[in-house]
Amino acid sequence: MSDILKLTAVEARKALDSKAISATELTNAYIGAMDETRGLNAYVAETQSKALEMAAASDKRLAEGKAGPLEGIPVGVKDLFCTKGVETTACSNILKGFTPTYESFVTNQLWDAGGVMLGKINCDEFAMGSANETSAFGPAINPWSSEDGPDLAAGGSSGGSAASVSSGSSLIATGTDTGGSIRQPAALCGIVGMKPTYGRCSRWGIVAFASSLDQAGPFTRDVADSALMLEAMAGHDKMDSTSADVAMPDLQAAMQAGVKGLKIGIPSEYVMDGMDPAILKLWEQGQSWLKDAGAELVEISLPHTKYALPCYYIIAPAEASSNLARYDGVRYGSRVDEGGSLDEMYAATRSAGFGDEVKRRIMIGTYALSAGYYDAYYLKAQQVRQLIKTDFDNAFTQVDAILTPATPSAAFELGVKQDDPVTMYLNDVFTVPANLAGIPGISVPAGLSEAGLPLGLQVLAGSFREDRIYQVAKTLEEAAAFQLNPVRAAGGLR
Amino acid sequence: MSTQDMTDNTNLVQGETGLWEVVIGMEVHAQVLSEAKLFSGSSTRFGAEPNQNVSLVDAAMPGMLPVINAECVRQAVKTGLGLKAEINLTSVFDRKNYFYADLPQGYQISQFKQPIVGEGSITISLKDGSTHEIGIERLHLEQDAGKSMHDQHPSKSYIDLNRSGVALMEIVSRPDLRSAEQAGAYIKKLRSILRYLGTCDGNMEEGSLRADVNVSVRRPGEELGTRTETKNLNSVRFITQAINYEVQRQIEIIEEGGTIDQETRLFDTSTGTTRTMRGKEDAHDYRYFPDPDLLPLVLSEEVVSEIEAALPELPDEIRARMTGEYGLSDYDAAVLTEEKETAAFYEAASAGRDRKLTANWMSVELFGALNKASLDLDSSPISPDQLGALVDLISDGTISGRIAKDVFADMFETGKAAADIIEEKGLKQVSDSGAIETLIDSVMQANEDKVAEYRGGKDKLFGFFVGQVMKQSGGQANPAMVNQILRQKLDG
Repeated sequence: MSDILKLTAVEARKALDSKAISATELTNAYIGAMDETRGLNAYVAETQSKALEMAAASDKRLAEGKAGPLEGIPVGVKDLFCTKGVETTACSNILKGFTPTYESFVTNQLWDAGGVMLGKINCDEFAMGSANETSAFGPAINPWSSEDGPDLAAGGSSGGSAASVSSGSSLIATGTDTGGSIRQPAALCGIVGMKPTYGRCSRWGIVAFASSLDQAGPFTRDVADSALMLEAMAGHDKMDSTSADVAMPDLQAAMQAGVKGLKIGIPSEYVMDGMDPAILKLWEQGQSWLKDAGAELVEISLPHTKYALPCYYIIAPAEASSNLARYDGVRYGSRVDEGGSLDEMYAATRSAGFGDEVKRRIMIGTYALSAGYYDAYYLKAQQVRQLIKTDFDNAFTQVDAILTPATPSAAFELGVKQDDPVTMYLNDVFTVPANLAGIPGISVPAGLSEAGLPLGLQVLAGSFREDRIYQVAKTLEEAAAFQLNPVRAAGGLR
Repeated sequence: MSTQDMTDNTNLVQGETGLWEVVIGMEVHAQVLSEAKLFSGSSTRFGAEPNQNVSLVDAAMPGMLPVINAECVRQAVKTGLGLKAEINLTSVFDRKNYFYADLPQGYQISQFKQPIVGEGSITISLKDGSTHEIGIERLHLEQDAGKSMHDQHPSKSYIDLNRSGVALMEIVSRPDLRSAEQAGAYIKKLRSILRYLGTCDGNMEEGSLRADVNVSVRRPGEELGTRTETKNLNSVRFITQAINYEVQRQIEIIEEGGTIDQETRLFDTSTGTTRTMRGKEDAHDYRYFPDPDLLPLVLSEEVVSEIEAALPELPDEIRARMTGEYGLSDYDAAVLTEEKETAAFYEAASAGRDRKLTANWMSVELFGALNKASLDLDSSPISPDQLGALVDLISDGTISGRIAKDVFADMFETGKAAADIIEEKGLKQVSDSGAIETLIDSVMQANEDKVAEYRGGKDKLFGFFVGQVMKQSGGQANPAMVNQILRQKLDG
């Protein structure tokens, strides 16, 4: 099949079932695409031989009629997920050489469903960043970058996942979203990125950034694939005390249901200075699409939105400062020992092992938790977080879902925002509130900027109402009819 | 609150310049008796090879998450109820952040602001017969750290993570203790309660129970002085030594015009002295915050009631029963309840028979013999049933108390039953009046001259006749009956 890379996961599954293609054939196509797009730096570890073994096993199960929902589907795995026998570094020098003896709950679910692992995918170091620039392996590059122009950011932290799925070097990929790390890169790369309700996907075996915010989710080329992948990833896990034992709503039915009669909230606070006018226009366009499909638009207020970013940049670094204490060079990863004291070994190891952004956040977090500052920073931020949650709780008594822009801008040039961390942090202004509230959100590609770069719309819903997300996302997708054709994608995808 | 009377001078310490009052508070770390660790499934068995009982969670591998062990929670609740403390239905686990090689996570999961158990109390009894109520401020659950071994290599330290993540209960007293003796009585009583409850094995040598002692001194009735904390004391003797040393040290400093530094001190077991470990300025900032990997721990009233309903009888209650119902002396009751095993042995031995007599035999003869043979009660050659059977044979007159002592010695030596020894050796007491009369008649016949002397007024000879009769019977004649019949015959 010549257009094999163009198949969505749902289509590929059908083709595998009908024996039109084999899993090995599909995997080989993706191995070819990985080779072709290596310049995008999406992968940090390629596991081709493992992929072919898994594909052969899939072919066997397909032949035996024992195929799982993701049987034979090539999957890219963000390097934050621990993978048994495959080096896992969180794209940090401090974890170089660390090969887990265990498999994360989420990736295990994917392999149980029949997924084929292509390799480990680039991301910001410990998922801290919005452009994949903090990675110890260098940035992933947005495949929408022009052939002769500057390299554009794929977003972050899951930049590699977004770059990979949109360039055809993986069919689907895992991501984690702590403040927008799935939705922002998905929007910048023109694909679908979904952050489930906090507790929907187990965090067991995922390198922790900020435990109360981290949530794994799917990167896919369309909404139907997103639902398919999420169904496989999710599930209650007794090994994660924050994993929720709440049944997943019927997402397939939701995608058929349309939005007729749904109330869609339009929050007045989701506008900021310097926003790309194309994004405002797209947002209005999205509202018309939903209205035309029978939804009722409701103006709502989420009054504490403006505090979300500062609140996030206290809580996330505070948790990170503690979560990253275990990387001390004693038991695994890299160690720098110059023969001094234990404290000197810690300092040397951590100075060499962590990059600037990680160090910055460890210091911010340590400061925020310090005696005398705890009440003013951490405790205050937790109170603000509660207010933001209450904003959403109130909103969802009036509306079924909320529509917002996904990002304040389209993909930007790599390197330009590096000198000013705060400018970089502003990328997450529309995505962070959902993490603080724990609610699900999705970014759907819906249009292009003036420069021809993808722009996304974000749909938010109440906790555990992923069905609402997919109802609205499917409608937007159909109305937008977005074309995925990045310049630097694998030839087979274009 | 302590029942300590402010005008009570018994505990005051005489310095060069006057009397001083000692104020002590204790933080006791008690290892929870449980199969698995607080947040992982690893074994808690003592004495395993280094790093054998270590899971991915205990070693803080990337992406690992803690899951609370419900058994440890139940044990903490049980302990709280045993300390007559309030149980907090909602408690929160916090992270206590600090770097050390034997702390793999870089933080200890503990409970800071909202512990599982609130205020309670313990009643201690002292040698002088006084009792004191010592306030418990709180009990919280936390993880133990691993162990650093500095003697395995000339320049490197080795780490054993077997203890990493084992559940501890930190039990914090109010500063209600006024002497080293009280502190010793407190730790003994606490240990006893924990062992009765089965929530901690109380093994201080293995480190299952260790205490941090806060000591300060003040002039009677004045404000609290500056305290020092001496850490990780693992025997009653060390606790006593450390307190006495600290009290003398602090009094000397103040009397010489100095001031006490608030600091953490270490106890040197070889010299019995304490020395500075770190001062206040070096105190860690632990940056406590709620552990985001764990939800607040919420208990239902039902679960607490279930645990309460299944609580075993505790030493104070048993003592009250022994002095009330059984009529034992305070001293006997105290001796018999100090250890759970002792009380159980006594209850089994005395059930359905003379409680006081059994108590005497146990606290005098059995403990004496065990002590002499350097044996513990659980390796006693005499079982509770065997001791009880011996008491029965005394009570029903089969043997006299004096013969019983010989039988007891034989039992202790051979482990045989009292009845068998009596049978084998023919030690049964003769209470047959006919047989005793025959004995008396033969003694009187053989000593007709003495009978005449007696009847002539030499009363003192009565003892001679008793001795002769007992001798003839081989000590087995019932002495009371011998007395009675002999008097009849001599006087009659």
